[in-house]
Amino acid sequence: MLANFIPSAAEYARFMPELILIVVGTLIMFLEAFLEGERKPILSILAGLGLVAGIFAALTAPQGMAFQGMLAVDGFATFFRVLVMAAGLLVLLSSSEYLQREGHDTGEFYALVLFSIVGQCIMASANELIMIFIGLEISSIASYILAGYLRDDARNNESALKYFLLGSFATAFLLYGVAWIYGATGSTNLATIHNALLSGANSSTPLISVAAGLIFVGLAFKISAAPFQGWAPDVYQGAPAPVSGFLTVGPKAAAFAVLIRIFVDAFSSISDRWLPVVWGCALATMLVGNLAALLQSNIKRMLAYSSIAHAGYVLVAVCANSGTGSAAAMFYLAGYAFTNIGAFAVVSHFARKGEKYVAIEDFAGLSQRQPGMAAMLTIFLLSLIGVPLTAGFFGKFYIFKAALDSHLVWLTVLGLLNSAIAAYYYLRILVVMYMKEPGESTETLTAPGPMLTLAIYGSAVMTLVLGILPGWVLDYAVKAAQ
Amino acid sequence: MPPLPLPPSVPISWYLTLSAILFSLGVLGFILRRNIITVFMSIELMLNAVNLTFITFSYMLKRVDGHIFSFFVMVVAAAEAAVGLAIILTVFKNRQTLEIDEVSSLKN
Repeated sequence: MLANFIPSAAEYARFMPELILIVVGTLIMFLEAFLEGERKPILSILAGLGLVAGIFAALTAPQGMAFQGMLAVDGFATFFRVLVMAAGLLVLLSSSEYLQREGHDTGEFYALVLFSIVGQCIMASANELIMIFIGLEISSIASYILAGYLRDDARNNESALKYFLLGSFATAFLLYGVAWIYGATGSTNLATIHNALLSGANSSTPLISVAAGLIFVGLAFKISAAPFQGWAPDVYQGAPAPVSGFLTVGPKAAAFAVLIRIFVDAFSSISDRWLPVVWGCALATMLVGNLAALLQSNIKRMLAYSSIAHAGYVLVAVCANSGTGSAAAMFYLAGYAFTNIGAFAVVSHFARKGEKYVAIEDFAGLSQRQPGMAAMLTIFLLSLIGVPLTAGFFGKFYIFKAALDSHLVWLTVLGLLNSAIAAYYYLRILVVMYMKEPGESTETLTAPGPMLTLAIYGSAVMTLVLGILPGWVLDYAVKAAQ
Repeated sequence: MPPLPLPPSVPISWYLTLSAILFSLGVLGFILRRNIITVFMSIELMLNAVNLTFITFSYMLKRVDGHIFSFFVMVVAAAEAAVGLAIILTVFKNRQTLEIDEVSSLKN
């Protein structure tokens, strides 16, 4: 009897990525106390090795359930786990130079990034609403601290405060929805919920709709979907630039994984009730993000609104409510992850000490001063527009194709119009960077360090690879989304 | 120990109504209050409403897992409070204010 509750070796193997990251993160916290100042780089290397080991463990993990059906390690989970860990690796590479410049190169940063990724990995593989909640909170609590990492900086404080308050507010909604689902179906396991709703015993009651609505509100906050997007611009503008890159990618990708698992899979039998809501939300998110981004003069704030708009495109894929839709969302999130982390890495480099140069005008003439970095930013911005040969093009292509397959003609047309609007504000940066003469800025622009260069070029290569050879990632996503 | 039966005089729906009222009060407090600490307390009120809901359903379904969920919620709320109060403290140190409207330097 008791033997049933002792997890097997295979179950531990399925949970290995999280275990590795937790151990390495704790080890970093421990070593931090004993290492002298100049030996601190060891910690970032250790964190990087932990992530590489985690990716390896995720790729080799045997598929199946773990811990009494709490975790479902399938292709879908593996895809998102590898995605958030790869994103974390790029963030580590791009942040150590930034932290040294700001005089805050301490081990906690790397430990917090690892802990946040642990939460996102649990979200990606959770098959149970309480596990989802715990993963979400592990990820969020670490991210709240990361957003305010430079604790003497007023902008960082404000970003952390808003992220914390709105994040906890959203979690309470999610949790209240979970409580009602538990009451209505008697379970928090997604497979059991799916069967309970399918059998139709009580799925027609408004109770289920209210509970699903509360869960959707909680997740919509996390993915910054309109009308719950208000916190995103302030948080992404105020946080340290490499952290903003991380926050726009990791927590969002994991929240979309949860959204797809709950709504497209578990709530599939009540899709006629949530689909109109997601439809409206997708459209509003695209419009709000793109129209507000047009008006911004701060590049971080503009990228924040752009990240809202991109969440809207992924919601279009969720709205398609099909295997192809989920696969398109997965591919889009992968392409967007590399593109956006790269873009924020370049911005963190151009912003210089104290992030003084983050207005779009400050980018004038940067193509003459650092043509390499300017070219990389160009690749990222073109990918955000969705120009062919970049990841963004195929991402949008698959999303709108999946939407058309599900007969969402109007949403597709409006989405395409939105991408046309978006081109304007991305191109404006390119115009400033390439066509305008450098301003009076006297501060020298140092060359990027080797780690930052590696992160930026690595992101650019991935953006182009996904844009030229999308097949291998897409095939995996299509298989995983079945 | 199996859960004790509810006293017959108090119907389940009363507990659920109370939790809904508490949750709504939390939401209203979050939206209307201007002091950061009060806003944070409103979130805690919402989480307590969730706990009440979990425990009510746990009684109704005659199962213990709802109790365990409420413990998870409490533990996570405690962790959140630790981080949250630290963040609020740094904000106060930098700005000498706890009025949420005065923490608004991030703009276009």
